[in-house]
Amino acid sequence: MRTTRRTFVQASLATAAAALLPISLHAQQGQPARRPIPSTREEIPIVGLGTWITFNVGDDPVLRDECAGVMAAFFAAGGRMIDSSPMYGSSQPVIGYGLQKLGRPSALFSAEKVWTSSAAAGPPQIAQSRRFWGVPKFDLVQVHNLLAWKAHLPMLFQMKAAGAVRYVGITTSEGRRHDLLEQIMRNEPIDFVQFSYNVVDREAEARLLPLASERGIAVIVNRPFRQGALTQRLQGKPLPEWAAELGASSWAQLMLKFILSHPAVTVAIPATTRVDHVRENLSAAAGPMPDRAMRQRISAHVKAL
Amino acid sequence: MSEWWTYRAEDFLLFSPRVYWRMFELHNAALWPLHLLTLAASLIIILLIAWRPRSWVRWLALILAIAWVFVGWSFLWHRYATINWAVAYVAPAFAVEGVLLLIVSLRDGLAFDRRGLAGWIGYLILAFALAGQPLLAPLQGRNWASSEVFGIAPDPTAIATLGVLLLARGRLLPVLLPIPVLWCLLSGLTLGTMGEPQAWALHATLALATAAWIWTIIRQRAVS
Ligand SMILES: NC(=O)c1ccc[n+]([C@@H]2O[C@H](COP(=O)([O-])OP(=O)(O)OC[C@H]3O[C@@H](n4cnc5c(N)ncnc54)[C@H](OP(=O)(O)O)[C@@H]3O)[C@@H](O)[C@H]2O)c1
Repeated sequence: MRTTRRTFVQASLATAAAALLPISLHAQQGQPARRPIPSTREEIPIVGLGTWITFNVGDDPVLRDECAGVMAAFFAAGGRMIDSSPMYGSSQPVIGYGLQKLGRPSALFSAEKVWTSSAAAGPPQIAQSRRFWGVPKFDLVQVHNLLAWKAHLPMLFQMKAAGAVRYVGITTSEGRRHDLLEQIMRNEPIDFVQFSYNVVDREAEARLLPLASERGIAVIVNRPFRQGALTQRLQGKPLPEWAAELGASSWAQLMLKFILSHPAVTVAIPATTRVDHVRENLSAAAGPMPDRAMRQRISAHVKAL
Repeated sequence: MSEWWTYRAEDFLLFSPRVYWRMFELHNAALWPLHLLTLAASLIIILLIAWRPRSWVRWLALILAIAWVFVGWSFLWHRYATINWAVAYVAPAFAVEGVLLLIVSLRDGLAFDRRGLAGWIGYLILAFALAGQPLLAPLQGRNWASSEVFGIAPDPTAIATLGVLLLARGRLLPVLLPIPVLWCLLSGLTLGTMGEPQAWALHATLALATAAWIWTIIRQRAVS
């Protein structure tokens, strides 16, 4: 990439921000690092758990238990945020099953979404989601894919004021409608924003991530592995030697460290069906993080493969 | 949904192939030994078409009607819809097809005297649905227990119905066709998006059936 004045300024700002990287210093050895949610300074572990496709297992008792196993390993490794949506088929009741089986872990940070084009259908949908999870209230409710955001955001702010939800957010993915998202981030008092960002999809670096820092909005990163396409593509390819400097022992960990080392990122939410993978993902949140030069190196290396 | 043009088929795929095939395994286990009854029903369908005892033909439409309503209710509504919310909107279409077939049965609205190319393609499709489709699971390295069987699973039920309709004549035929055709399209698209080679079974059925209908229409025009 050619260095223009603009990219130079952005890079300098990113370096300055990296120096102030708000990763919790009192993170215990082996425990995932934490970052503060800007609007409250509440700290949260920087790797969460997504549930799109992976947790949509219907009534299958064997697969439900497998999902509960993933959740157990997630909490045991120090994870907190689980993200879902009414769009994800049976994922919500499957989370509810896991929570019940695990004795309702107090560490849970529940991140849900409202996903309906009808304003009136929003509150009953959230209530239904709550019943599926079996929680008295959600920590975070996000407007899914910006659908009917003009109707849902005021309703969510009202719920927050009434204490029925702790945080309000909005989501998109795969680079869709970033202009509108930016406008919402500028004008609405949201606590969280969620979008796609990974080692190859870096569009968010230009505007969304700096804007989130500037506005004090927590960032949730979805599709950290491009829905598994990246981990599959890199499978069997040798990990560069320098990955060891970061304590990364797999491509998944290296790619997560790339995301997590961006100073504006609060939580990344990889989804998985496997206990070993969830452990691997959470341990990527501990140990050293790449600096700016190393981040470029990771991205360039993966792109070149 | 806004900006719908930016969505790809993959964005609507809510489940993994493993979950999809295990669903048939669980469904088969839950319904066994009902398969013996649906197998007997398939044999009756073939015998009725081959021998065509006039007064019995209406039973054929009745068997299909029951199969559609049952599959729509037991598989689509109670099982598939749990992992794919869109199926909750499709399940009623299976009931509609069942009712249409029932009306045809009551009115004795079909005759099975179609021969020639369309007839042979009809037999081929029917034979595939009843005997070939259940073999696809083991042939593709899946468990036998996840086999799809007529009257239990939607694909062989829809494919068999298309085979039967290719062999039939009757004024009500056009109203019976859209739902099985649309199901084959939808299911083929789902399997294709999952990267399952079995999608070809549905694509090939539709291609063959369309070719047979075009052939029949051309022949009828030529005769009249
Ligand atoms: N608009 C929105 O709001 C939106 C859109 C997209 C996603 N999301 C959220 O973001 C979450 C994450 O995105 P995503 O599910 O699309 O994709 P992702 O997290 O990028 O990828 C998930 C895939 O990565 C694989 N994987 C996970 N950990 C791995 C590891 N350590 N090693 C190798 N492979 C690994 C998983 O396979 P295994 O099962 O084999 O581990 C899974 O198939 C979603 O689940 C959802 O909660 C939100």
